[in-house]
Amino acid sequence: MAEITFLEAIREGIAEEMERDPSVFLLGEDIGGFGGAFKVTEGLQARFGEKRVIDTPISEAGIVGAAAGAAHYGMRPVVEMQFIDFISCAYDMLTNYVATARYRAFLPCPMVVRGPSGGYVRGGPFHSQNPEAAFLHTPGLKIAYPATAEDAKGLIKSAIRDADPVLFFEHKYLYRRIKGTMPAGDHLVPFGKARVAREGKDLTIVTYAATVWKALEAAEQLAAEDGLSVEVLDLRTLLPMDHEAIVASVKKTNRVLIVHEDTVTGGVAGEITAQISERCFEWLDAPIRRVAAHDVPLPYAPPLEDFVLPQTSDIVRASRWLAAY
Amino acid sequence: MAEPSVTADHAPPDGLTREQLLALYRWMRLTRTLEERLVALYRQTKVVGGLFRSLGQEACAVGSAFALERRDVLSPLIRNLGSMLVKGATPVEILRQYMAKGDSPTRGRELNIHFGDVEERHFVGQISHLGDMVPVMAGVTLTFKLREEDRVGLVYVGDGATSTGAFHEGINFAAVQRCPLIVVVENNGYAYSTPTCRQTAAAQFVDKAIGYGIPGVRCDGNDILEVYRVTRDAVARARSGGGVTLLELLTYRRKGHAEHDNQSYVAPGEIEHWAATNDPIDRYIVRLTNEFGFTPAELADVDADVAREVDTATDVAEQSPACDGPDALVGVYADPPRMPSLWFRDGVGSAVDAHERPAGWGTHDG
Repeated sequence: MAEITFLEAIREGIAEEMERDPSVFLLGEDIGGFGGAFKVTEGLQARFGEKRVIDTPISEAGIVGAAAGAAHYGMRPVVEMQFIDFISCAYDMLTNYVATARYRAFLPCPMVVRGPSGGYVRGGPFHSQNPEAAFLHTPGLKIAYPATAEDAKGLIKSAIRDADPVLFFEHKYLYRRIKGTMPAGDHLVPFGKARVAREGKDLTIVTYAATVWKALEAAEQLAAEDGLSVEVLDLRTLLPMDHEAIVASVKKTNRVLIVHEDTVTGGVAGEITAQISERCFEWLDAPIRRVAAHDVPLPYAPPLEDFVLPQTSDIVRASRWLAAY
Repeated sequence: MAEPSVTADHAPPDGLTREQLLALYRWMRLTRTLEERLVALYRQTKVVGGLFRSLGQEACAVGSAFALERRDVLSPLIRNLGSMLVKGATPVEILRQYMAKGDSPTRGRELNIHFGDVEERHFVGQISHLGDMVPVMAGVTLTFKLREEDRVGLVYVGDGATSTGAFHEGINFAAVQRCPLIVVVENNGYAYSTPTCRQTAAAQFVDKAIGYGIPGVRCDGNDILEVYRVTRDAVARARSGGGVTLLELLTYRRKGHAEHDNQSYVAPGEIEHWAATNDPIDRYIVRLTNEFGFTPAELADVDADVAREVDTATDVAEQSPACDGPDALVGVYADPPRMPSLWFRDGVGSAVDAHERPAGWGTHDG
């Protein structure tokens, strides 16, 4: 089978679900004839019609609310945020309405909100954000953030079939850089199951999304230059989070580095750190360390963005510190 | 605020039978009697949290909901208890909900009339964030349009909610999509303590319809037959593919935002004026007896019947069980991961596992 890009994998996953289930439909800004700002939905309106690929006004709260209403009555809407940065406009709808619908009112709310996220592409403060931590604290939501093309397809298909609302973050740095060969058949990746991206025994790097690739690069370099055996754990989904896999890996390597692209304060790594402290403190031979972005809005100029975001060299340096501890 | 001019003619809207004319009276009377009972229970501290009344606004909720079919969907606000009763909510459900009973419609997770039923009676419970239900009902009605189902939706907002972004986004999207939606702005003069003149610079809320490219109709919200008539016309328009209608119902909030609100911000005499001259039930009684030939005895029978119904419902609701703590842990997800036990709460995890889920939980997935 031919390789396809991360972006094409998402499109293929959406198209397969639209083919399979007539209640799946898409809502978003410029997603119809134009095919979306990144062309994720290109060709889908021509294939499935205007009733199933709906161009909306610029109204993130409106379309997320509308998706919820449609989901209550048996539809499976998939909403595109043109850039995931704009999800903040729908924060109220997502956290107060969508996330609580099942719990407080027994309202089914099977819907997906997806969109391009992340930096490393010189997008500036409003086209580079990683808002996952803002929603990690919201019971009722699920969060997927794939790193590979295979997972992007398998997770978007699982997200669309999920009975609960899912936020699906697509790292735009990976859209056209990463390729994969899709498994044959109905390829689903379950939520809450981390992936061991690289086996190792000296140190665990827990990460997700674009920094999985930077961690793998670092592991390669550490093996070659230091003889270190680094395990890289790709979380795939943050809600639910595979704490068992994290604990198992930490018990094996006894040293852990958590890497994410989002800013460090209040980030996902803090929660993972707490879980490790509570569940397997006795297995640690070194402090838990984090590599994440500086606590600033993400700047535009290449030297500034490179400085703020975590780089492979940062991961290598932190790993060496941990290994030597 | 100015009193609306009465514009209704003196004939019941086409198609209303004597039974329906009496039913409209009954729903308004039930709304008021039930809320008066809730006040008594509130004073006995049996109501958990706040109490929100619709005194003087009963015609808005009842008249508009009466124009819907059972298959149609409505999303009420706290001052639309009457609409929920019309749509099939029972007094015992309302009482259990206000008393936070274990067998209340939301099993104690939510308050007052914040509950829904998308399977049988078709109301979608509101949340406290004003305006949010407009986009949600846009989505509900978009679904009906996409599936070519002969159903419409009706969403209530107050004058205050019209200032929110969600109101604008929802109505704009629904208008563009020509969703079969009726947006009812219940203009009762106040949003908590803020009068209409500090809510909007528009002369009237119905003017906003022009900006969305949809029809807007303003009417006397304390004339139940007029409310019924304009809603029925909007429903017919929505059903025939005519899209969204904005209705502005002029009414007046005679109680505070909630029972605890002393209404210190209201001009002296204003409430008394509305109570004396523009009560929707009093006005309807005049029409029922003078124009439609009902006798005072017929109406008194309805009153007595409603009082008995509320008495019985109160007895049942008071005997309902309280909520059980660990119930709080189930139902966040359709297929939940096991709730992690908090280390300082030994045994809670197993208590949840052992906890029997009430019948019907997790069965609402279509």
